[in-house]
Amino acid sequence: MTALLHTSGLTKRFAKDDVATVALRDFTLSIEEGSFVAVLGRSGCGKSTLLNLLAGLTEPSEGEVRYKDRPLSGPDTEIGYLTQSDTLMPWRGVQRNVEMPLEIRGVPSAERRRVAAGLIERVGLAGFEHHYPRELSGGMRRRASLARMLAADPATLLMDEPFGALDAQLRRELQEELLRLWAEGGQTVVFVTHDIEEALLLGDRVVVLGPIGTILLDRAVELPRPRSADALRVDPAFVALHTELAAALREGAR
Amino acid sequence: MSTTDDLLTPAGRQEGPVRVALPRTWWQRHGSTTTVWSLRLALLVLLLGFWQLAADRWIDITFISKPSDIAERLGEWAADGTLWLHTWITVQEIVYGFALGAVTGALAGFVLASLSLVYRVLDPFVMALYSIPKVALAPLFIVWFGIEMHMKVLLAAATVFFLVFLNTAAGVRDVDRGLVDAVRLMGGNRWHIARKVVLPASMTGVLTGLKVAIPYALIGAVIGELVASNRGLGYLINDAAAQFDTAGVFATLVVLSVIAAVLNVVVGLLGKRVNRWKPIDE
Ligand SMILES: Nc1ncnc2c1ncn2[C@@H]1O[C@H](COP(=O)(O)OP(=O)(O)OP(=O)(O)O)[C@@H](O)[C@H]1O
Ligand SMILES: [Mg+2]
Repeated sequence: MTALLHTSGLTKRFAKDDVATVALRDFTLSIEEGSFVAVLGRSGCGKSTLLNLLAGLTEPSEGEVRYKDRPLSGPDTEIGYLTQSDTLMPWRGVQRNVEMPLEIRGVPSAERRRVAAGLIERVGLAGFEHHYPRELSGGMRRRASLARMLAADPATLLMDEPFGALDAQLRRELQEELLRLWAEGGQTVVFVTHDIEEALLLGDRVVVLGPIGTILLDRAVELPRPRSADALRVDPAFVALHTELAAALREGAR
Repeated sequence: MSTTDDLLTPAGRQEGPVRVALPRTWWQRHGSTTTVWSLRLALLVLLLGFWQLAADRWIDITFISKPSDIAERLGEWAADGTLWLHTWITVQEIVYGFALGAVTGALAGFVLASLSLVYRVLDPFVMALYSIPKVALAPLFIVWFGIEMHMKVLLAAATVFFLVFLNTAAGVRDVDRGLVDAVRLMGGNRWHIARKVVLPASMTGVLTGLKVAIPYALIGAVIGELVASNRGLGYLINDAAAQFDTAGVFATLVVLSVIAAVLNVVVGLLGKRVNRWKPIDE
């Protein structure tokens, strides 16, 4: 396996007047092609900042991001990014939102409609194709955003707390859907979450971030797949990992 | 499965909301509109009745005229063609001025606000020009453009331009960064961003501009006619006032209000079409 995404000495500062907030300092990480990396960290430790850099949305203050061994200079359509906040176009209905990446790529409208309909069905929004984002619940908007990201069929998925706003049952379903997609398509996934259990359920590898993006723990998760949440809870290996991650997160708070 | 009749969506997932047909009676659909319009009509009749009464009993009609005289004057003017001649002139001035100002204002606002540096440099100059009372430009416009119709068209356009320009520019500059980034992530270029994000996002601003600009289009045209003209509703007001014909003045004002109301309705319909995605307040 080769490193698909690689960051070296990545630093991001936000200047405001004469002071700069350092969100990320000297961050180095390699992500293998086809792996599922879960990123854990407390609020404000720089996770979203990191994903913005990995997506090419913002420029690092220092260091660089390399994608497929080339420096990343801007957004790349191979990289799909589900941002932490919703960015559905409020003046477009669900279907037209999901079609948007295809529209920009110049896909003919019949094909666009077909792909969008399939994805909308998959995220459980059938019947809401023509609803505007403001007419949907937070979780429904999240699912529409997910469908939109998948419409572009990206090889790399960056996801910032994608399932945070969903109820436990729906989250479970979408986690399974995501795993199925990943198993079939072999995408590379970077998945940011607050939830240790979710990280262990999904990830091949868990990276725990401390303040300004210090790596507190970087650990492979060798639990056998398919993983079921109910079976995992009583698995001693899972419990040990859970304890280890929780301890690392606690340490980061100090 | 007896409930499927009133379900509009296939009952795929049970946890989602369910959409049902909502049978409404005529009164439920149109009741509040009917009430509002009946009350408006009643208020109008009441005001006119009171005016008529006051003019007959308490106040000298040389100052306030009275509704029946005004109606009579409108009838006379309609019969001899005066009304149509002057109204047509003024309507043309207003519509051309409004359209010219709106189109140039929206275009300039869209382009300049997209060029951040240019906008920052020009901002104080635009505000300075905007702050000039446009009425004060009338004599200058006469020197530049003569006293024909285009002088009035341009005077109306001058105010409309700034209002539409400033509101459009504000709309463009308020566009959510997140939406722009979303299009960048999809591989969109500047053109895609302008067309698929900035344009729809700034429509609200454009419409606000159009809405507030309507009265100013009327002001521009009528002021132009008051200052120098021998045709149009502004001239008619001047002429009637010079002869102490208050009924004539009021009759002209009625015509102007009707023109303004029609323009308001047109812009309102446009707004409804464009802002469909906005939540409807219950
Ligand atoms: N645009 C910005 N301007 C200034 N400071 C910023 C900006 N974006 C992030 N920061 C700062 O960078 C730090 C990290 O922010 P970031 O959004 O990456 O946190 P996070 O780990 O994603 O937190 P959360 O889990 O709450 O989403 C924060 O202290 C924040 O104040
Ligand atoms: Mg975040």
